[in-house]
Amino acid sequence: MKFPVPHDVKAATIPGTEGWERMYPYQYQFVTDDPERNKYEKESFWFYDGLHYPEPLYPFDTIWDEAWFLALSQFNNRIFQVPPVRGVDHRMINGYVYISPVPVKDGAEIGSRVPNFMERAGYYYKNWDALEAKWKVKMEATIKELEDLKISPLPDLEDISVVNDAVGESKGYHLIKNYDDLINLGIKCWQYHFEFLNLGYAAYVFFMDFTQKLFPSIPLQRITQMISGIDVIMYKPDDELKELAKKAVALGVDQAVAGNRDWVAVKAAVEKLPKGAEWLAAFEKARYPWFNISTGTGWFHTDRSWNDTLDIPLSGIQTYIGKIKAGVSIDRPVEAVRAERDRITAEYRALITNEADLKQFDELLGCAKTVFPYVENHLFYVEHWFHSVFWNKMREVAAILKDHGMIKEIEDVWYLRRDEIKQALWDVVTAWATGVTPRGTFTWPPEIEWRKGVMEKFRQWSAPPAIGIAPEVIQEPFTIVLWGVTNKSLADWASVQDAGDPDKITELKGFAGSPGIVEGRARVCRSAQDIRDLLEGEILVAPTTSPSWAPAFAKIKACVTDVGGVMSHAAIVCREYGMPAVVGTGHSTKVIKTGMMLRVDGSSGAITITR
Amino acid sequence: MGNAMPLVCWFEEVNKDSVPLVGGKCSSLGELINAGVRVPPGFALTTHGYAQFMRDAGIQSEVNGLLDGLDHQDMDKLEDASRTIREMIESRPISIELEDLIAESYRKLSVRSCIPAVPVAVRSSATAEDLPGASFAGQQDTYLWVRGVDSVMHHVRRCISSLYTGRAIAYRMKMGFPHEQVAISVGIQKMANSFTAGVMFTIHPTNGDRSVIVIDSNFGFGESVVSGEVTPDHFVVNKVALDILERTISNKTVAYTVDRKEQKSIATEVPFERQNVQSIIDDEITELAWMGKQIEKHYGRPMDIEWAIDKDLPAGGNIFILQARPETIWSDKPKAPATSAATSAMDYIVSSLIAGKRLS
Repeated sequence: MKFPVPHDVKAATIPGTEGWERMYPYQYQFVTDDPERNKYEKESFWFYDGLHYPEPLYPFDTIWDEAWFLALSQFNNRIFQVPPVRGVDHRMINGYVYISPVPVKDGAEIGSRVPNFMERAGYYYKNWDALEAKWKVKMEATIKELEDLKISPLPDLEDISVVNDAVGESKGYHLIKNYDDLINLGIKCWQYHFEFLNLGYAAYVFFMDFTQKLFPSIPLQRITQMISGIDVIMYKPDDELKELAKKAVALGVDQAVAGNRDWVAVKAAVEKLPKGAEWLAAFEKARYPWFNISTGTGWFHTDRSWNDTLDIPLSGIQTYIGKIKAGVSIDRPVEAVRAERDRITAEYRALITNEADLKQFDELLGCAKTVFPYVENHLFYVEHWFHSVFWNKMREVAAILKDHGMIKEIEDVWYLRRDEIKQALWDVVTAWATGVTPRGTFTWPPEIEWRKGVMEKFRQWSAPPAIGIAPEVIQEPFTIVLWGVTNKSLADWASVQDAGDPDKITELKGFAGSPGIVEGRARVCRSAQDIRDLLEGEILVAPTTSPSWAPAFAKIKACVTDVGGVMSHAAIVCREYGMPAVVGTGHSTKVIKTGMMLRVDGSSGAITITR
Repeated sequence: MGNAMPLVCWFEEVNKDSVPLVGGKCSSLGELINAGVRVPPGFALTTHGYAQFMRDAGIQSEVNGLLDGLDHQDMDKLEDASRTIREMIESRPISIELEDLIAESYRKLSVRSCIPAVPVAVRSSATAEDLPGASFAGQQDTYLWVRGVDSVMHHVRRCISSLYTGRAIAYRMKMGFPHEQVAISVGIQKMANSFTAGVMFTIHPTNGDRSVIVIDSNFGFGESVVSGEVTPDHFVVNKVALDILERTISNKTVAYTVDRKEQKSIATEVPFERQNVQSIIDDEITELAWMGKQIEKHYGRPMDIEWAIDKDLPAGGNIFILQARPETIWSDKPKAPATSAATSAMDYIVSSLIAGKRLS
């Protein structure tokens, strides 16, 4: 398969964005001046990671891409030595990330890597649970460090204690140091993120692969169902809301809690009630850590957490109070899910006629079940908890930059690369120490304005799904998972794009996320803020969902998302609730309007708009 | 059964071991009924009944005489003889005893069905499935929408005479199989007044996947699907979860229905506005697949099933199984294992990583 030449795609610069390359790390550029690198780039296969990056990256948010660029590649290539593949290389065009697995081409070299991989990865698979317990300790310590990190403003005069305690350091130095610590903690957290992930994916992918060999027509959702019902902490935040709803009813504060959409007003009303304090204490207790859950994927600074927007968890609690009052159970049907999982697994097993196949199936299923909790749980620790705290610490840094006139608004900080922020902080602290004006007050604001324009133009551009030359096989687990999802999605999405006028589209295709067919009225929710508008029995149409959207599922009868595969949150939750889901449709939130009548077929992945 | 050598018996009185008595088709229907599967009721003229018919008609020696000295390769002469023999069989009256038995059973069937002169399908049911001639005859002779005793008698005779098609005669001669030893049974079964009918495989016919059930359907009687006259609607159902994985709605131009005036089955054009309409509703697909799953479970192997949905009966009791036989194409093939030898998960992962995944 041949795709456009990367350098040709890059050369067609969008007018008005000339010089955009300076917004991102230099090694992310496709080059023409270095013949050797140019040749390598041309002969490699690059595909757009649309699953993680539906939008062009802000310069600062590139931090997580760099973090996983390092982490994934090092674990693959330098720590475990995955035999046929080194790392995953990264490039960027117009703010969109392209990735490319780097194969080991020499057969003898692959062979020589096998024993290392067997020993090293084998150690992890064998001791998975014990190592995962260690991981949790490391991760929680890292998050604690992050939470304790102080970003203090620069005082006109240092506190007297600096003198009395002979500290010998200034707040200026602390700002520089703490910013470095903040960034380093982020990078460290992503080191841990990939410690288990690729091994987990490999176990998962090849279990799926083997099951599909046995049953060519088996839907992926059925394979994932065999691993469902395992306790994962991603349900915990939602469980906390349910508990708070029950407690509100038990303490008789439910009317006050349900009385207003605005948390501040609710809090004031609850405080006045005799048992209000008890409920508010429970609410505060639940917030840490469980409200550190992002309303998006957590990958971007724009994804705010429940703690940032308490109205969102409040609306969830209100939904559950309504259910309790109506006499409806709000508990997750865990037992039913497990019973169905066991039934499905047993029935498929019974269809395997060959002894060797049966043994292999059991081996791989066992392994997939072992890795599953990590594959899910790391998301809460890294993308949700750590990131939610991290973005806010960065906002504290931004507030200082704003105070010193380097940026106009706090949210402007994301237009700077993290090393540019470091430079700007040096500019600030030296000027602060010296008592002069930082140079950046003149240079950064216009640069940021220009970058805003560039980003806007990037958003209008549609990134080609793949560039370069495709190999016959892909051997890198993460890429297999990602490309499997991306490739099919992009093909389906392209057909919608070709259709032109979104008002004329009546059919959308996505992944069959959860089986069943229903018809109903659409409610488009672009953010978690919108889910409080959901009415009972509507079909939720969202860019993607995350655990923070969980209360929405108590109201809806089907779910449709733009982004995600059969393992995405929406698909998993819908399977648990037994309602249809079509995920990864690419354009649903653009094509479908609130109030349209939809027919959602979660078994085949088709959505029909009946209008 | 009270009588060890009954001439006529109800389907529910037989089972899969009754092939020598009622042939493959009828015994399989009896087996299904006894397994709790919804099958339209009916009865069979047994092989004893057939023998009695031949004796009463006193034609076996005549038949043998006609065939004596013929060359099994001389098809022209065989066809001539076949025509004479079949006319003979079809014209000779059935003995009063046999006629009374068949007529009484038919009357009882009408009473059971709450339909006077209930429309039935009359089919030959061969006893020797391994005799291609016999099974050839069996496949050929199906008469739909037969009503009234006289017509039933007539079609029973036609089914019997199908033992003497030119090809069946030639085959027996070639194999040295005496004509007087062959036997046939005839099934007389209430017609489902089918709105929709078709076939169902409890295995994927193209890739042998045992986790799916594949259903083909068209409006009217199943004959249009069985004979391949139309491209039917096509559904792939997950056998484990019973949800519909694939649906292909075809342009269906022809269907077999009853001509109410003539009281017989005819091919008609499907009204234009219905040609591209799904011919079976989703709930029925699910129920049908569930029935297929039960039948497979009963037989312990993938099955090839004919079914119909009766338009006169309410949902929940209107899907009928007309025929079920073991699927042979995939089931008889030794299935290649997906793994050469079971290994630890770790070894499997390493070898799979090295093999890689094909880009598609």
